[in-house]
Amino acid sequence: MQLRRVVITGLGALTPIGNTVSEFWNGLANGVSGAAPITKFDATKFRTKFACEVKNFDPEQFLDRKEARRMDPFTQYAMVVAEEAIQDSGMDLATIDVDRAGVIWGSGIGGLRSFQDEVSGFAVGDGTPRFSPFFITKMIADLSAGYISIRYGFRGPSYVTVSACASATNAIVDSFNYIRMGKMDIAITGGSEAAVTEAGIGGFNAMKALSERNESPETASRPYDKDRDGFVLGEGAGCLILEEYEHAKARGAKIYAELVGGGMSSDAYHITAPHPEGLGAHNVMRNALNDAGLKPEDIDYINTHGTSTPLGDPQEILAIQKMFGEHAYKINISSTKSMTGHLLGAAGAVEAVASVLSIQHQTVPPTINHFTDDEGLDSGLNFTFNKAQQRKIDIVLSNTFGFGGHNCSIIFKKI
Amino acid sequence: MSEIAEKVKKIIIEKLGVEESEVTTDASFTNDLGADSLDTVELIMEFEKEFGISIPDDQAENISTVGQAVTYLEANVK
Repeated sequence: MQLRRVVITGLGALTPIGNTVSEFWNGLANGVSGAAPITKFDATKFRTKFACEVKNFDPEQFLDRKEARRMDPFTQYAMVVAEEAIQDSGMDLATIDVDRAGVIWGSGIGGLRSFQDEVSGFAVGDGTPRFSPFFITKMIADLSAGYISIRYGFRGPSYVTVSACASATNAIVDSFNYIRMGKMDIAITGGSEAAVTEAGIGGFNAMKALSERNESPETASRPYDKDRDGFVLGEGAGCLILEEYEHAKARGAKIYAELVGGGMSSDAYHITAPHPEGLGAHNVMRNALNDAGLKPEDIDYINTHGTSTPLGDPQEILAIQKMFGEHAYKINISSTKSMTGHLLGAAGAVEAVASVLSIQHQTVPPTINHFTDDEGLDSGLNFTFNKAQQRKIDIVLSNTFGFGGHNCSIIFKKI
Repeated sequence: MSEIAEKVKKIIIEKLGVEESEVTTDASFTNDLGADSLDTVELIMEFEKEFGISIPDDQAENISTVGQAVTYLEANVK
């Protein structure tokens, strides 16, 4: 079967360092941290009292009040980035074949705020069930894709992928596959997450997964630094419009880049700990390269998973060195989570947007907050510490790894 | 307008996101005010919460306009 080519024709972003694609890029290029004390609830008693929250977000600027009230924040975020991306794509919704247009979204958790509030409300009552009729539709993760398909009338496939922190990347790969196999022509894809809640912070704190650097939130997310102490929880959304190449050309669309490969693998090892030799991480990059028909030497920049955890960071680097050999020293490596925090199921979406923008701007966004080298990591590698670097970028690899050992990587190419 | 009617109106405006002028006595939740089946359930729940009563399902089925809600509540709220 002759596979079709797939390109990116629209972008949307709502992140802790910028509420639009252009603000997001400004934040990335300037090394801005999105971390600050938590404002969404009283975190006094929590071990971690900061997060990378979305700032100055008023859903009623984008949605009517009734509509906004029916949605959990993770769905509100999804609607906002989908609209930005659709506008950006310049697509005339009246002329496209909506039966060949789909929505494949990613979310690791879904409506955690709604779940937490409704169950808490029940718990403090006398046992009489008084759940909102919107409880279920606010909570379940697939409603993000459901609402987007309803909004734009896209009647092709629509669903949500769940693979923890790889969720959005899985959504992008699924969209890519359906388009290149000829099953659809257009996809609204990406992911959203809104887990900065008592349950989210409390749950990740209990796992000892989060940084507890309360005295300095903005330097807490420090991937590859010797003193990294866990990830910083982020929230937000990212969206990409994927389109079959000839379809995009025919309508004279602006094309950001081509999506040339997607790889998946599983650690099959432990629910939260990465494989000690980085086996799954190595395999997913290999699978993505093979899928794209590329050689390791073709990669210019790797947007790493790099969450700033003591165990996770080195195994990914180990895997990169095993995969790329000598070429590893010529690649720029950076973790944009140093700025955005970890958006869980939306991470792959905002990092895909960052990867596409890095090609557009020929600039590698930095890994900020580097203070002390970790002697366990090869100092000959270019981690793009602290400052963005301009360079020739033709091909970018973006990695995401989720709890459960789900790994998913994608490769973008300049067009 | 009674105190109950004022409160009912306020709840409808808030939950259905409609203008005050639309909330007339004869206005139907579904036909005039854009409510779907889930909105209607939520409205009944809000009336129960606001007025501290329980509205049985067979009674709730007969409340489909603003006026019907006010009449029911005026008769049943102590």
